[in-house]
Amino acid sequence: MSRADILGKIRNALDVSTDDKLRQNTVAARLWDLPRATAPRRVAAPNTDLVACFIEELERQLATVKEVARPSEIPAAIADYLRANNQPLRLRHGSDARLADLGFTALPEFEIETGPATPNDSTGLSCAFTGIAETGTMALLSGPANPVTLGFLPDTHIIIVPRGQIVATYEDTFALLRAEVGAAAMPRTLNLISGPSRTADIGGRIVIGAHGPRRLLALVSSEL
Amino acid sequence: MASLGQPAPMQPTSHQFKKNARTALSDHQLQEALSGLPTGLVAQRAAARDRLPEFEALRDYGRDLRNHCLDHLDLYLERYEARVIAAGGHVHWAETAEDACAAILRICKAADAKSITKGKSMVSEEIGLNAHLQTAGLEVIETDLGEYILQLRDETPSHIIAPAIHLIQGQVEGDFRRQHQHLPKNRRLDEPAELVDEARQILREKFLSADVGITGANFLIAETGSSIIVTNEGNGDLTQSLPKVHVVIAAIDKVVPTLNDASALLRLLARSATGQEFTSYTTFSTGPRRADDPDGPEAYHVILLDNGRSELLGSEFREVLRCIRCGAYMNHCPVYNAVGGHAYGWVYPGPIGAALNPGLIGVKEAGTLANASTFCGRCEAVCPMRIPLPKLMRRWREIEFEEGETPVLTRWALRGWATLAQWPSAYHRLSRFMVGAMRFSAGKHGAFTWLPFAGGWTAGRDLPAPQGRTFQQIWAERQKAAASQGNSSEAP
Repeated sequence: MSRADILGKIRNALDVSTDDKLRQNTVAARLWDLPRATAPRRVAAPNTDLVACFIEELERQLATVKEVARPSEIPAAIADYLRANNQPLRLRHGSDARLADLGFTALPEFEIETGPATPNDSTGLSCAFTGIAETGTMALLSGPANPVTLGFLPDTHIIIVPRGQIVATYEDTFALLRAEVGAAAMPRTLNLISGPSRTADIGGRIVIGAHGPRRLLALVSSEL
Repeated sequence: MASLGQPAPMQPTSHQFKKNARTALSDHQLQEALSGLPTGLVAQRAAARDRLPEFEALRDYGRDLRNHCLDHLDLYLERYEARVIAAGGHVHWAETAEDACAAILRICKAADAKSITKGKSMVSEEIGLNAHLQTAGLEVIETDLGEYILQLRDETPSHIIAPAIHLIQGQVEGDFRRQHQHLPKNRRLDEPAELVDEARQILREKFLSADVGITGANFLIAETGSSIIVTNEGNGDLTQSLPKVHVVIAAIDKVVPTLNDASALLRLLARSATGQEFTSYTTFSTGPRRADDPDGPEAYHVILLDNGRSELLGSEFREVLRCIRCGAYMNHCPVYNAVGGHAYGWVYPGPIGAALNPGLIGVKEAGTLANASTFCGRCEAVCPMRIPLPKLMRRWREIEFEEGETPVLTRWALRGWATLAQWPSAYHRLSRFMVGAMRFSAGKHGAFTWLPFAGGWTAGRDLPAPQGRTFQQIWAERQKAAASQGNSSEAP
């Protein structure tokens, strides 16, 4: 059987036996202690402006970032962005109740649908679990509230990032995730998104909009 | 759209590296395509490294972490497998390329699949997956733009992260016009963006109709049973999110202990590879879609491939398994820059290929790749995992010699030199004589414009003749001078 053969070959190669308690303890300790590499200096200082760092890094990666003071300003901000990019006022989001409460209905020309993306959707709207300051990255958890296809099929992807959820590092995000959903329980998909879809496969020149979104808007908002 | 070719599994041509290299050097399009490397990926990596002051310390951390992974590989694989199963996924262990291909074909048949989309995966190239599935009558579509272009051309990747780096834009336009015959003949394809758009439209259809999506994995995480893919295009995400089955093909050395450990390595990966702080998409996949998920695959399979890696683990080449496949070693290699990836004749080009391929496909086929190096050391200098590539290549050279694979003339020359080197006084006398003879025959010019057996070398440049004395003479004189100044312990 392949499994036993491969594990046997590995143990032979390492010259170890299956009942080596010291090795087992070493592994168990690492999985328990979850050691971290030193955090990047740009976010490590206790008084770092994580929001400013997040925005700077994300803009470097060809995304658009806008700050809104209140969640109620989100629909208008999205409408402005879509108009500026000649996109229809039409979007789809997941079943996240916070999004339904934003007040899109106040803009009657807006067409809002919910559920996973279809090939005809022009804009997908997601909510980030965290923003990660060190590289301007947004962590999205898949599920009914955030169908994963919304971030890849439509031409435009808009992500709301709650200001209070902006953390310094990837490891900070994972710590929050473990606290929220329990150790070792992951959503089907955890997406770390740091820019629009891009490629440099033709002559080494960067082109935006390879297979996924052609544009990415991050809306940094106070608590939803 | 024209039907895609049905390529045979990749037959290695590493044994004829010299012939391949000669062809590559006279290929003007290839040379033009490669000319962008120094100002492109090399400069971008340097800039990203400079923006992260802890980069060098992080390399040490990454090296130690990967050593820890390899030292406990069996335990982390067992833990990883348990977590995948707990999340509702399936794990298939494959000792060989054939086992892996057979397992994937079984999964596809069980899913009654006709059409398969693929994200970029070097391991799938290693096992010849496309040919295997196509022979069984399945349609296999590469979705990474570079890989898609290569599939149209019936070629293999020449670079592990920029697979079509050997092509110039005009070649891609020609391919698209030839293969996408259903599109208007007079359409504009002058800009990269127009070419990208055309591929986007065509591949959209494929994404939406695929039955199975196959991706590789940059890392596997023992803590959670997750597989990670790192992309910029988003093709990997469409590949794995839309079909009803997601298959991950990964080698056993990809497992890391925790999400935090993956974070440390991800900080190094994109910066070393493309000079980005982070790629647009880094995606962690764990099991199939949950009960209340509105999208995502209904089944999730992982193929764990050995294919020679457990032997490497027990050998003096273990360090090559630390590799996280960033490709920096290729971008910085003067030999790769001159001949491109295809000359290396098998899946993994450049110095990693020279250190890894003989372990995977044998010394007879790939041992000679270790000679495709000037030992300048740039690969080791930029390797985020600090793999001592020149040391590993030197060792393969020794093994190639021991196993009698080194060409006869080279063997004689090496033997002769080794014998002579055992007699220092004879060696010194002979080198003194040669220095004098060469200086004399070079004449006033002080250089040779032509030399026997080295016509290829002197055709492009002159060989300067030795000036004056031998190295040993100069060394002895300096030692003497230093001793007379009373600091004999100090080397000059």
